[in-house]
Amino acid sequence: MSDNLLSLKNISKEYSGNKVLKDINIELKKGEIHALIGENGAGKSTLMNILFGMPVIHRTGGFEGSIEIDGQKVAIKSPHDAMKYGIGMVHQEFMLIPGFTIAENIKLNREITRKNPVSVIFGKRLESLDSKKMNMDARKALDVLDMDIDEFLPIAGLPVGHMQFIEIAREIDKENIKVLVFDEPTAVLAETEAKNLLNAIKKLSQKGIGIIFISHRLDEVMDVADKVTVLRDGEHVVTKNIKDTNKFEIAQLMVGRKISIDWPDVSNKNTTDETVLSIKDLRVAMPGEQVKGISLNVKKGEIVGIGGLAGQGKLGLANGLMGIYSTAGHVTFNGTNLPLNDPMASIKSGLAFVSEDRKGVGLLLDESIEVNIVFSAMQIRNNFLNKIGPFRFKNSRKIRIHAKKMISELDIRCTSSIQKAGRLSGGNQQKVCVARALTLNPQLLLVSEPTRGIDIGAKKLVLDLLKKLNNEYGMTIIMTSSELAELRSICDRIVIIYKGGVEGILPPDAPDAEFGLMMSGSKHNGEGSEA
Amino acid sequence: MIEIREKRDFRYLVNKIGIPTIIIGTFWIILLIAGGALGMSMATLISDTIKRAGMNGILVLAMVPSIQSGTGPNFALPVGIECGLFAMAISIELGYTGASWLFASILFAVIFAIIAGYLYGRLLNAVKGSEMTIATYTGFSVSAFMCLAWLMIPFSSPKMGWFMGKGLRETIQLDAVGGAHILSNFWRFLIGGENGLIIPTGMVLMFLLCCVIVWLYFRSKSGIAISAGGINPKFAQASGINIDKNRIKANVLSTILGAVGIIVYSQGYGYVQLYNAPLMMAFPAVAAVLIGGATASRAGIFHVIAGVIIFQGLLTTALPVANQLFEGTDLSEILRMVIQNGIILYALTQVKGGDK
Repeated sequence: MSDNLLSLKNISKEYSGNKVLKDINIELKKGEIHALIGENGAGKSTLMNILFGMPVIHRTGGFEGSIEIDGQKVAIKSPHDAMKYGIGMVHQEFMLIPGFTIAENIKLNREITRKNPVSVIFGKRLESLDSKKMNMDARKALDVLDMDIDEFLPIAGLPVGHMQFIEIAREIDKENIKVLVFDEPTAVLAETEAKNLLNAIKKLSQKGIGIIFISHRLDEVMDVADKVTVLRDGEHVVTKNIKDTNKFEIAQLMVGRKISIDWPDVSNKNTTDETVLSIKDLRVAMPGEQVKGISLNVKKGEIVGIGGLAGQGKLGLANGLMGIYSTAGHVTFNGTNLPLNDPMASIKSGLAFVSEDRKGVGLLLDESIEVNIVFSAMQIRNNFLNKIGPFRFKNSRKIRIHAKKMISELDIRCTSSIQKAGRLSGGNQQKVCVARALTLNPQLLLVSEPTRGIDIGAKKLVLDLLKKLNNEYGMTIIMTSSELAELRSICDRIVIIYKGGVEGILPPDAPDAEFGLMMSGSKHNGEGSEA
Repeated sequence: MIEIREKRDFRYLVNKIGIPTIIIGTFWIILLIAGGALGMSMATLISDTIKRAGMNGILVLAMVPSIQSGTGPNFALPVGIECGLFAMAISIELGYTGASWLFASILFAVIFAIIAGYLYGRLLNAVKGSEMTIATYTGFSVSAFMCLAWLMIPFSSPKMGWFMGKGLRETIQLDAVGGAHILSNFWRFLIGGENGLIIPTGMVLMFLLCCVIVWLYFRSKSGIAISAGGINPKFAQASGINIDKNRIKANVLSTILGAVGIIVYSQGYGYVQLYNAPLMMAFPAVAAVLIGGATASRAGIFHVIAGVIIFQGLLTTALPVANQLFEGTDLSEILRMVIQNGIILYALTQVKGGDK
């Protein structure tokens, strides 16, 4: 029997044949803070879902491996079971009821009640609340966290930092709490609040609670954790004592080299010194991907990669340039000022966009491939139209010819050009999106997450296509992607976005550690004007 | 292998036409057979069906632009209808008769409908997400308002007024201005002698002409943009399309069709019905297009033609057949209400959220 509080043994999980976790082993001792680190999609949340017995795991065929608590093998089949075994979680999004008081939220569904005449007849559900005792309990939990806030205040109107603490208080108020999971607890907090939180976490661990700490911020991990486990692509890369490692090593392990898609180096790059796009202090209010002041210059004929972790604002850049979300700042394109918040003006001035939201923004799923391909050009450039008097009707023949040309050039696998776009596979849908963008004859192509949700073969084809457009036609491309390996395989420069700003710009062959550090905001490079 | 393919083709066909369309269509055919068995004149039933389909066709067609633009079925059809009614009243007041009355009415109707449709479109853009409810009550409010207007506006033509007092009559006979059946009788012909099939050629041609115009419009640049905005607003916006403007355009078109539609309807009926008559007129039109296989977010000309024939056919057939079957009762009217509202209810439960 070991002294492990919690052990996850050989955990594997697959979603419809796709292995997302492979043989993960994690051991957590009493009072230990164990950091869990990995890029988006590395498998952290799947692992936590397994630990909490989330329904999604069991709906998709369960998992392999076993979970032991205090050396006893347990079966966690639902979040309720997890709670019974003393596993608690502090959520990234606050799960609090704004209209209730702090104490009520802390005791939610675990209220202390007193008997009353009605409840004697109709059962326990109708007992009265014992507010005094509830407040006392809440006070105790808040005191553990050094919170001097009154427990009878309503949640609504509290600063976010406090809400996070109330979530924690709710967990530690549970009497049997043994393991507490923090899922990126500092993501929404200001610096001082984050510091308080980290102190609270340390304090909790001293009380003997085992803590699993998920974070992207390596500095925090170095500061607070005892051990660190790195996941990458569902694989358990390493578990180390914090003392034996440093943040450079962790960053390197986190990024790693993935399945490399390599192209023969093209030496005759036609990058010029001419700046085609100049962005100054761009701010984009895209929900979840806010851009808070990006300045960047793009040279004609280059492929610029935009990387970074989810939620840091990398997707906001392209959406902002296209006027899809409300935007402020200065953008100069081809020497003229680009009007913002006006998709039509953006397209007219020579930008084209392949959206990351292929099914939402990118395609008319119920319409034919040919309509999807020519739609923007027809509306903005008045191509593919017959003019009859004051009316302009679509020119079906021209559309058909152009669609056929695109289908053969981009190798779109379909039954015919009138097949519905919704019936194509992901990779082919992506090609239709690219085809529509190309139909606009753009000078600058913005591509967001071009390989999201498509299989590896199709990925290579899409990337090949971008590379070819750049090489053969000298098209300037700004490609945004969550997959660093992909950016590194085709881009000339990679801009890492962190917290809505440019964290740094790296060449594709920069060491893994540099990328990892920048993505987690641990290294501040000068925001060069050479950008 | 071949059998499986056939099965799939059959299912494909069913899906393409739509189960409600097939069920209601079958029901209609059963009623027709029952009518025949009860000794009713098939020619009369079918003649009535054609007549009523022609009268209602353009009103049903008015649903297409609003559905395509993403604002849902035009429950505010009374807005357009009141424009048409007002136009007809003004034409009578100005002393037009016969064909010139018809053309004047259509001209005025289009002008009023453009203004009303624009305002209505603005309203819809202000209430995105609850268009159907707002539209229904807009229709009711406009009808109520016009009830006042018919009393207050100082029309003086004796053809329209009460014999005593002020205001317009509930129904205005179009015989008085030579407007009754003016389109229906144009090139009207019979098939199979005196008791045969009556084809109101002019009215049918008018309906088909409007269908062609709408069909053409949705093949034009502007129409395609409207459709795209209806299917996927985010896509349209990303392509630089002004969705709000397109929604207004579509509802102007829908209101115009409503206004022209009521003129065609009135001449076929022989009377102009004022006051409360337009109040509920949107519902049969909505029901017809939905029966035809349209959804609350997709509609085409085929849905209009199939829907109006099946729906009106069902009503015209159900009425006499039910009267025969349940003699001495007034079940047919109840049956009509049950069928019509049942269809609308069914169709609205099938509405898939516009925000896919």
